[in-house]
Amino acid sequence: MTQINHLIEIRDLGKTYTIGKNRVTAIDNMDFFIDDKEFVTIMGQSGSGKSTLLSTMGALNRPSKGKVFVDSLDLYSLSNEQRADFRSEYMGFIFQSFQLIPYLTVLENIKLPMAVTGRTKKEKNRMAMEVIDRVGLGEKADRLPDQLSGGEQERVAIARAIVNKPPIILADEPTGNLDSETAKEIMGLLKSLNQDGHTIIMVTHNTEMEKFASRTIRVRDGKSYA
Amino acid sequence: MKLYNISLGNIRRRKGKMLFLALGLIIGISTIVTLLAITETMTAEIEERLNKFGANIIMVPKTENLSLNYGGIDVGGISYEVKEFSQENLARIHTIKNAKNLGVVAPKILGPVMIQDKKLLLMGVIFDEELALKTWWQKNGTFPAFPNEVLLGASVASVLNLSPGDKIRMGETNFKVTAVLSPTGASEDNAVIAELGAAQAVLGKEGKISMVEIAAFCRGCPITEVTLQIAEAFPNAKVTAMKQAVMSKMQSIEMFKSFSLGVSILVIGIGALLVMVTMMGSVNERTREIGIFRAIGFRQTHVMQIILLEALLLGVFGGIVGFALGNLVAWGIIPVVIKEGVFAGINYQLGGLCLLMAAALSLLASLYPAIKAGRMDPSDALRAL
Repeated sequence: MTQINHLIEIRDLGKTYTIGKNRVTAIDNMDFFIDDKEFVTIMGQSGSGKSTLLSTMGALNRPSKGKVFVDSLDLYSLSNEQRADFRSEYMGFIFQSFQLIPYLTVLENIKLPMAVTGRTKKEKNRMAMEVIDRVGLGEKADRLPDQLSGGEQERVAIARAIVNKPPIILADEPTGNLDSETAKEIMGLLKSLNQDGHTIIMVTHNTEMEKFASRTIRVRDGKSYA
Repeated sequence: MKLYNISLGNIRRRKGKMLFLALGLIIGISTIVTLLAITETMTAEIEERLNKFGANIIMVPKTENLSLNYGGIDVGGISYEVKEFSQENLARIHTIKNAKNLGVVAPKILGPVMIQDKKLLLMGVIFDEELALKTWWQKNGTFPAFPNEVLLGASVASVLNLSPGDKIRMGETNFKVTAVLSPTGASEDNAVIAELGAAQAVLGKEGKISMVEIAAFCRGCPITEVTLQIAEAFPNAKVTAMKQAVMSKMQSIEMFKSFSLGVSILVIGIGALLVMVTMMGSVNERTREIGIFRAIGFRQTHVMQIILLEALLLGVFGGIVGFALGNLVAWGIIPVVIKEGVFAGINYQLGGLCLLMAAALSLLASLYPAIKAGRMDPSDALRAL
């Protein structure tokens, strides 16, 4: 029986891709853990393997070897559909470049993760209004994403990530497309979410953002360094 | 927020692309509707023309071993000297179940008559009915309009050396020849054709008829059924369906129907292919979206539901628009392609069928793209982000 002591445990993790005739090692024997309510940044240069690591921790990308435990659950022992249910319940994703659905309004984008939950319409509306107010977009609920500024779109993406109240938020370069002032606002918002009890794991290459985190894991050539 | 909100949102916001997607179905369904409407009108037109082209049922009195050849067709037992029907009873024919399918009922009296010391065949007919039946008759002169006027077969006119305007005497009555038939190669070449009542009087067979030629056509029921019904109404008659004529009518119609079916299948196939290719393109285009859906917890079946729901909505839309367009085109094109053709009107039953077919077709054609979308690896999909 494996003893699991942390919210997330990465054990002997490896991920290789075959591109043409070449084998590329994106993750090379990583071992680390993340505790509940931590705010961890994963830092590294482009191509260092940090985004691959994030998607592997997010139950999206099966590793070539090793294990990912979340809340004592071996993620990749689950079926595809079980992992989808797991993501719905445990994970909130904030993607690079916001990645909102262009044909849905702000409110509909925020409600999107709830489309596959068994919550009642009333409950969905209450939860959506709660997070839309939290990110300060209550008055722009009926707008389409392309009618919003970059910072506002990022707020919608954050609201979508937290609407189901997942314990873990995975953010991939959330400030990558924002000016420094807006980036600081967004980081403040993430920090407050962390203070509310969300565990936040953020991938970034911007050293400025490191100060918002409680811990940093550095990634270089597929290896992790505490 | 439900899955259908996503499908509806996508359709609402991507009207142009969705219209293009529905285009395959609209073209397919409208072509089928137009084709069916044209075929329907053509079939009706052919039926009408064929119905005018001679008899397909012959009714003669039952006899034991007598036969007579008429018009090159063996019509069964008939004789100059044998039994006749009562003309009065002929009205019973209009009481049969399929009476509405009886196009022309042409009774005749047949008998020998002496003209210029020659024994000839006298045929008494109701000219209106006979001419409706024998549309191919060509004549020199005008068809008889009065009881004392006759029409001569080509051979009779030649043998007796008569032409329109001449007079002949049959029995105690004088008749005026108003027309001579061009040779037909059939029995009427050898006959003197007079009005039924006048011929009955000459032959001394008032109120009698020797045979009845009937042109009937029954869409959706076999001609033998009509024959049977007539036979039941006239127990003393031998009623014969001239199968060859009927078969030829049916074959012509069936040929049109087969052609129409073949083209319809081809068009449906092309339409389905177009939907599949377009839906496949749409799924590939939405890789990023699908990646987001999967990342935020949508199962494979949820993604498939979104795609199939869109396909269903587009199918219903394509069915309705295609049906309307098809009728519109048929209404406009039928008078052009079919001489004197008239659009038969909207067939709502066909409309329902089109709707179901378009929806089923759209779902079927989108099944593979939907499965592909559902099976998309979220990490591959997210690489497109």
